[in-house]
Amino acid sequence: MSTNNPDKPEETTRVPVLRPGYTFGSITDKIAAIALGRKTPIGWLIGFSLSFGVAMMLFYSIGVLLLKGIGIWGNNNPVGWAFDIINFVWWIGIGHAGTLISAILLLFRQQWRTSINRFAEAMTLFAVACAGVYPALHTGRPWLDYWLFPYPNTMGIWPNFRSPLIWDVFAVSTYATVSALFWFVGLVPDLATLRDRAKNRTAKIIYGMLALGWRGSARHWHRYETAYLLLAGLSTPLVLSVHTVVSFDFAVGIVPGWHATIFPPYFVAGAIYAGFAMVLTISIPLRKFYNLQDFITMRHIRNMAKIMLATGLIVAYGYMMEAFMAWYSGNEYERFMIYNRMTGPYWWSYWSLILCNVITPQFLWARKVRHSTTALFLISLVVGVGMWLERFVIIVVSLHRDFLPSSWAMYAPTRYDWMMFIGTLGLFSALMFLFIRFLPVISIFEMRTLLPESKVKEEA
Amino acid sequence: MAKRPEIYGVVAEFEDPNELLKATRAAYEAGYRRIEAYTPYPIEEVSEAVSPHRNRLPLIVLIGGIIGGLAGYALQYYTQVIDYPMNIGGRPFHSWPAFIVPTFETTILGAALSAVFGMLALNGLPRPHHPIFNTPRFELASRNRFFLSIEASDKKFDREQTKEFLASFAPRDVSEVDW
Repeated sequence: MSTNNPDKPEETTRVPVLRPGYTFGSITDKIAAIALGRKTPIGWLIGFSLSFGVAMMLFYSIGVLLLKGIGIWGNNNPVGWAFDIINFVWWIGIGHAGTLISAILLLFRQQWRTSINRFAEAMTLFAVACAGVYPALHTGRPWLDYWLFPYPNTMGIWPNFRSPLIWDVFAVSTYATVSALFWFVGLVPDLATLRDRAKNRTAKIIYGMLALGWRGSARHWHRYETAYLLLAGLSTPLVLSVHTVVSFDFAVGIVPGWHATIFPPYFVAGAIYAGFAMVLTISIPLRKFYNLQDFITMRHIRNMAKIMLATGLIVAYGYMMEAFMAWYSGNEYERFMIYNRMTGPYWWSYWSLILCNVITPQFLWARKVRHSTTALFLISLVVGVGMWLERFVIIVVSLHRDFLPSSWAMYAPTRYDWMMFIGTLGLFSALMFLFIRFLPVISIFEMRTLLPESKVKEEA
Repeated sequence: MAKRPEIYGVVAEFEDPNELLKATRAAYEAGYRRIEAYTPYPIEEVSEAVSPHRNRLPLIVLIGGIIGGLAGYALQYYTQVIDYPMNIGGRPFHSWPAFIVPTFETTILGAALSAVFGMLALNGLPRPHHPIFNTPRFELASRNRFFLSIEASDKKFDREQTKEFLASFAPRDVSEVDW
């Protein structure tokens, strides 16, 4: 990306992707120790307990929902899609950065992806899991959700494949499956390392089973690398398609504020933007608490900040185009939609969105800000909020006042809406904590390849 | 069935990938074919030195993708045109542009599943046990050591000569490995 920028060579060349002085052995030991250490850090226990407690709110509200139905939510007519779809789109978008890092940056041979791809992929999986909760519950009768899948049934009916909602089922379930496979395949050699390093017999057996008997044979590595590269090549169009299909849920409808051709690229950029914000939110504390600054260097942090800035600008362009097209279309409903967003009863959500997603990332132009982990952590939190607001504006504010003023209404979330949302945040972080404790957070075998001595010298 | 050799083979242990590569190439040139190298990370040159072989995985993935795509499209055609035609906004039953998205997804799914399971099948994994694990210090093969094995079933294998051959590359250790 910026490696060849002659104006500022020091920014990328001075900090290597891996601090020098490591060997195959010390890299292995340092990363494996996080998963294999006998003592669980007290900070981990506190963090996990808190997140697990918060996740209980999700399970409680799901319990109430199953008993009483989705009437416990604030959804109404015309705002039939509200927190459930906002949170679905928000979570699934966050997942995109993981695949971008693991697949697209691999194809572009960006070496700095190596130390962040593993936990970014884990983040993808957990985010997709949190996302999946919402549409599954929004159907109203979640125990019949298998009706979404085409299977021969006694009712003699099939799903309607002309509906974007069915496309979404295919896109999200494929995405979840392929991300899980990609993540697991990447883990296999490292699980073998953990199997070989574990002192505890139970741990050895569990890691051994998960490692599938991996022995590092040269023939195996050869096919492994091919499979990994092909998976990266397959995941790249897949990840771009997922948020495109999610945007079709809106763009194929005729609601003003949804029916726009700019939606697919604008949604994909927003997804990557939110995802990188989440990767920064996770990696900044992670590298600090586990002393991983040698592996996740400032170069990684800065590069992620730059990607955030770039995608932030694309998103800002999207907002601008939405407003411009509303005016240029000459369509009174489109014009009213943007006018209502800016000055209607939900004006605060639109202007907070602009503040969070357009104004805040402009600080990233300053090198000083890109060098400060505190500043980046705060900015990435703000961007996370901003991307959530974006979905609020698109979904609730577009729906609450569409064509007929007689059908206008206001929407307010109930406490169950909030409990579910906060609960998924808890579920997500609880899963992240478990992952950090039991699996290698950084890909060990790929880190070995970053060492200068890993390259064999060709003798003529 | 051919008689099983007394031991699995002999294994040399190296500390440096360059020494492993040198020994692997020499073993192949000396006529050994049932050789295998074990490394903590992928080394392209070593894979080529072990056996200049063809890799069938890309073809498997291509076929998997094609099957996934055809199956996805066929499912939609059958359900929307033949078995349960529905008039949706007056559009034709065979409204192919709407079928592209699920077809795309099933193509990727088919290809990805065949990449993972094809790789595992070609590699003979999962396989919980393998005689190479009897090698002393083999647990370091997933950390920082490089191993080269010559199996006893190789035509050119001779317990003493092969050991001497491997020892000539100054490895850290050469050991006989039992079944």
